[in-house]
Amino acid sequence: MALTNQQVATALSEAFPGAVLKTEEPYGMLTLEISKEKIKDMITWLKNDEQFKIHFLTLLGGMHYPDNKGHELGVVYHFHSLQNNFRLRLKTFFSIGHPHIPTITDLFDTANWQERETYDFFGIWFDGHPNMKRILNEDDMDYFPMRKEYHLEDATREDKDDRYFGR
Amino acid sequence: MSNETKDKKTPGKVEAYNAPGYQLTMLEKVIGNARANSLWPLPFATSCCGIEFMATMGSNYDMARFGMERMSFSPRQADLLIVAGTISKKLAPILRQVYDQMAEPKWVLSVGACASSGGIFDTYSVLQGIDRVIPVDVYVPGCPPRPEQILDGVIKIQELAKKESFRKRYSDEYKQLLEKYKLNH
Repeated sequence: MALTNQQVATALSEAFPGAVLKTEEPYGMLTLEISKEKIKDMITWLKNDEQFKIHFLTLLGGMHYPDNKGHELGVVYHFHSLQNNFRLRLKTFFSIGHPHIPTITDLFDTANWQERETYDFFGIWFDGHPNMKRILNEDDMDYFPMRKEYHLEDATREDKDDRYFGR
Repeated sequence: MSNETKDKKTPGKVEAYNAPGYQLTMLEKVIGNARANSLWPLPFATSCCGIEFMATMGSNYDMARFGMERMSFSPRQADLLIVAGTISKKLAPILRQVYDQMAEPKWVLSVGACASSGGIFDTYSVLQGIDRVIPVDVYVPGCPPRPEQILDGVIKIQELAKKESFRKRYSDEYKQLLEKYKLNH
């Protein structure tokens, strides 16, 4: 019996009352916005649930919406239940002033490097991560380059005239 | 001394006076010619320019014609550092260390737009030209340059090696150059 979006959304709302802040279905994929306090419990519950069996973390990444005051930074999780062939996307947002979220490395080993990458580019600190440090950029980099306030271009270049590069 | 000849301006030959039993020439020119025709390159190839460089090494373009039969994968035994490809900022200290480990005299050939200026990768993670971390002798333009262009760059390096004075590596100008890049010798 295949899982439906409705079935999973209802089950999660019942198990965690008040935790689901928003429900969407872009391109048919169930997408839930979860409060930061409940996200770890919900992922644990989804993984251990006998029916859903969400055993596979496809992707984990950061988000930055500078205009979303008080909830500027976010983390998005993509899960896949291989046995049910069901995909689920969870999002959670928090303030840029306190960018902390619990790690899920104890549930999914694959989250280790992905959380480090998210820290590297967005400066989101995963509490409880065994090795929270930069992974791709050079160690002495002093900012988080994927945050929107930083330009993508190299700031040290002098030979480019902005008029010819559409800036 | 009737059959004394002055062999002048013959390409690839050292200016010399030949006579039976002896030859007169300048040591500097002999050494320069020997260096120029036995450059051992260290390929530091990271991306598509590296593929063009491989073609340059292969039998069609045959870099070995220029006395480069052996690629030196140890910086200690290399004379010419060929940097072909994008160098990220994280890779820059490694490139610097490789350059530092090479023994004098040494030359650097920067192959392609990325190595020379960062190329299309005007971004936070890419070094905007290797001349920000090490001194460069010859730049080869192109994205990527054809093997003919890389060979042209190599020939220009050979010209530099031929003409180089013995005193260059001890000169104040050279010391200041290394000082500028904070490379200590």
